[in-house]
Amino acid sequence: MAGGIKKFVVGTFDDEKVLFPAVKNVRKAGYKIHDVYTPFPVHGLDHAMGIRETSLHTAGFIYAITGTTTALTFMSWVFTKDWPLNIGGKPHFALPAWIPITFELTVLFSAVGMVLTFCYLCNLAPFVKKHHFHARATDDLFVMAIECTDKTNDSEVQSFLKSAGAQEVNVQEVETGWWIGTYDKTQKLYKEEKGY
Amino acid sequence: MSLLKYESQQREPLVDGNKDYHQVTEDIIRPIEMKPSLLWYIGFYISVGLLLFGVYSVYREVTYGIGQWNVNKTIGWGWDITNFVWWVGIGHAGTLISAILLLFRQGWRTGVNRAAEAMTIFAVMCAGQFPIWHMGRVWMAFFVLPYPNTRGPLWVNFNSPLLWDVFAISTYFTVSLLFWYSGLLPDLATVRDRAKTKFRKMFYGVASFGWTGSTKHWQRHESLSLVLAGLSTPLVLSVHTIVSFDFATSIVPGWHTTIFPPYFVAGAIFSGFAMVQTLMIVVRKVLNLQDYITLGHIEAMNKVIVLTGSIVGCAYLTELFIAWYGQNPYEWYAFKENRANLFSPYGWSYWLMMFCNVVSPQLFWSRKLRRNITVTFFMSIIVNIGMWFERFVIIVTSVYRDYLPSSWSTYYSPSIWEIGFYLGTFGLFFTCFFLFAKYFPVIAVAEIKAILKTSGENYKAKMTDIEKADAEKFYIEEVAHAH
Repeated sequence: MAGGIKKFVVGTFDDEKVLFPAVKNVRKAGYKIHDVYTPFPVHGLDHAMGIRETSLHTAGFIYAITGTTTALTFMSWVFTKDWPLNIGGKPHFALPAWIPITFELTVLFSAVGMVLTFCYLCNLAPFVKKHHFHARATDDLFVMAIECTDKTNDSEVQSFLKSAGAQEVNVQEVETGWWIGTYDKTQKLYKEEKGY
Repeated sequence: MSLLKYESQQREPLVDGNKDYHQVTEDIIRPIEMKPSLLWYIGFYISVGLLLFGVYSVYREVTYGIGQWNVNKTIGWGWDITNFVWWVGIGHAGTLISAILLLFRQGWRTGVNRAAEAMTIFAVMCAGQFPIWHMGRVWMAFFVLPYPNTRGPLWVNFNSPLLWDVFAISTYFTVSLLFWYSGLLPDLATVRDRAKTKFRKMFYGVASFGWTGSTKHWQRHESLSLVLAGLSTPLVLSVHTIVSFDFATSIVPGWHTTIFPPYFVAGAIFSGFAMVQTLMIVVRKVLNLQDYITLGHIEAMNKVIVLTGSIVGCAYLTELFIAWYGQNPYEWYAFKENRANLFSPYGWSYWLMMFCNVVSPQLFWSRKLRRNITVTFFMSIIVNIGMWFERFVIIVTSVYRDYLPSSWSTYYSPSIWEIGFYLGTFGLFFTCFFLFAKYFPVIAVAEIKAILKTSGENYKAKMTDIEKADAEKFYIEEVAHAH
């Protein structure tokens, strides 16, 4: 499901200290940052870009309680309804003895669920091919991609990025697909924020 | 948001040498791109040879039955379950390093966590072999799973510690694998983006799942790592607790002990760290990673070894004291005659365990010895021998002389196929580890980059100068680095 061709202005930065003000200035100037690709998690960058906090941990919690309930309901059904076994005359509803398995399934459901959700949200899977704006984005460069619309004057954006401290600036045309990401729709408008 | 916001200038750097981001990539990824050395081939083929010997030993056991091992009716659990507990114990250090040390904000974990997690996974794979093949009729191994069957359905016994073990070990393996692999994705992408050959492009392209390094993805990745760490921490404690329940919930004198869970967990961490030391000392030398796995890392791990070794020693003495204080004649016999009596058939193993686990690690109170690589290497092996004997002592000396003297069995020594099976798991472990060390980044590249500007030697030196000149400017710089 290819969504046509999109144009991006790409700038690379080699220092976080330059990147942060650049992100701020680009957003202030009203350009839409498609994404910043970094070789490692740069703390505070998500905040600077106005990306909302992830809710992945909430999903993890929901998976966890699903695991807890699955384990408890299943074991109580088996031992009180389906096939009650007399084990040394002990109660059929042997809650303390089920704690270990309940705990393990809680962890298992949560971990597996979260990793699958993570892969789903980030469109990660074997054999997925994505457009890489710069090969060194996984090595030592911070790569900013700004999405161009019909009205954008890309040479203006390029010179703007240069003045913001970008080392290398170019324009790339990318065939968009389902993987290009839609999360940036929720990007908040820029406000003067403290702390970075 | 930040996990490592501030690091004192007093602390020794975690990354030595004059590094920048690109240099980190170069140092860690380059060995993957080179032809393996002769030493690697020798090591790899020896491991594969051991593995094949193990496969043949297992073949004997499956074909002719458990009788191929020298276990008997009295000593039903011999080397096999000893090895199982030993491997599971080793498999605890990886998660401890990556999860608990992450929650405790220990920056030094970044140098060793990747390899330690890999070690965890391989060790758990080895551990799993023992209970599975011990079943004898291994083709019925799936009976341990609660699946709807045509026998009723007759379910498994959820109240049994042995079934808890099935859930604990399989959950532990799955979660460790997910934790390890999700952490690997960004680094595999780094290898992919540097790849020159067609094979490497394809292999790492598939393996890295199309990772791009997008900020949103990193944000989720951080959240995922943190929650997985939070889940793994109680998980790792629960796994060895449950392994200890295999013994502690029975009424066999010597096993029926309430301190088993913490004692087993401490022992697991102890032996796991020893194994990490054994491997990392070799890896840092062979792959030239001394700048990333520094003496500081080795010292930190030795501190954990002396701590957990002392906890284990304390547990041995507590157990002995309670056996005496409890005045249960059978229990006291198990401790006094079967174990502590040096001249009893297995007394030597008890004292060997005491020496290796309690006495020898005390050397690490000395900073000089903690930072000595040769001493550390030998000590790591001694500790692992000691921890193997701990499990042997717990298992064999508790059962070989039980209530009925006519069923005493003092002549248990392993058969060649029993030993072969154990050697085979070494083969499996090292085959996997050699492949890992060759084809995967043995150090978490992205995590090293993330701490480089707070803990790198060159950056630290720069910061110290700034701090001396102007405290206020230092503060601003520190904040700038600690985004």
